[in-house]
Amino acid sequence: MLVFNQLETYLYLALILFAIGLYGVLARRNLIAVLISVELILNAAMINFMAFNRFVAPHPAVGQVIALFIMAVAAAEAAIGLSIIIAVYRKLKAINVEQATELRG
Amino acid sequence: MKALFFPFTPQGVATIAFLLVVAFTVVGALIAVAARNIFHNVLGLALSLIGVAGLFLYLNSPFVALMEILIYVGAICIAICFAIMLSQPLYLPGAPRNPLKIQGAVLGAGAVFVFLALLTKKTKWVPAAERSTDWSITTIGHYLLTNYVLIFELVSLLLLVAMLGAIVNARGGRGSS
Repeated sequence: MLVFNQLETYLYLALILFAIGLYGVLARRNLIAVLISVELILNAAMINFMAFNRFVAPHPAVGQVIALFIMAVAAAEAAIGLSIIIAVYRKLKAINVEQATELRG
Repeated sequence: MKALFFPFTPQGVATIAFLLVVAFTVVGALIAVAARNIFHNVLGLALSLIGVAGLFLYLNSPFVALMEILIYVGAICIAICFAIMLSQPLYLPGAPRNPLKIQGAVLGAGAVFVFLALLTKKTKWVPAAERSTDWSITTIGHYLLTNYVLIFELVSLLLLVAMLGAIVNARGGRGSS
């Protein structure tokens, strides 16, 4: 059995990518770095969809449609997120999450 | 032919290429979260996404692999580069790292990783009884415009709203600095 013809290989790989992205979201304080980590998490989810599509699903078009949907949502999320980051920089002159505390009571 | 050394058989070459793609993905992801310079983070993300596109080729989906490179590497990474240029200048020193926060993040991500790895190991994945073998791009197109037309329309609307929202939010650029 070849390593790239097994469902588990892709699942573990997506899991590694997800954990790395989660670490980035938790540890980084630069807003753009957090956004980059979120993209990694979305990619892990997409690998999972595609792997199940390849090895388990009854029809192979469905997973690919979902992957395209995730890509479009990620693009929209990146556009909105980056514009918010620029707005935050304009307001606070910083993009560090620890300085964006205006809503703290 | 049986005596052929494994790396020189077609399967061996495919396996080596697969391992290379996996290395791209994981190393790129590590650079994307670990490097201090935000620009290196974006380059690592691009490397990782190219690796993911290679994985999609191995998963029989060249169309999605192409879209991955086009949308993620071509559009999102470039958009992030623009945001980096429009926000904090790179020559300013970043805040020093907080070791406690890093330890907490490693612990949290590690706990989730272990939990999900055990879950993956424990579960038995059963393929569907009847599996279609129709992998053509034509079928994806038909599905997108018949069964999944709602997704198609929803995505168009979402992208329109996101575009308008981004323009309204980012209007004025970096401001007077």
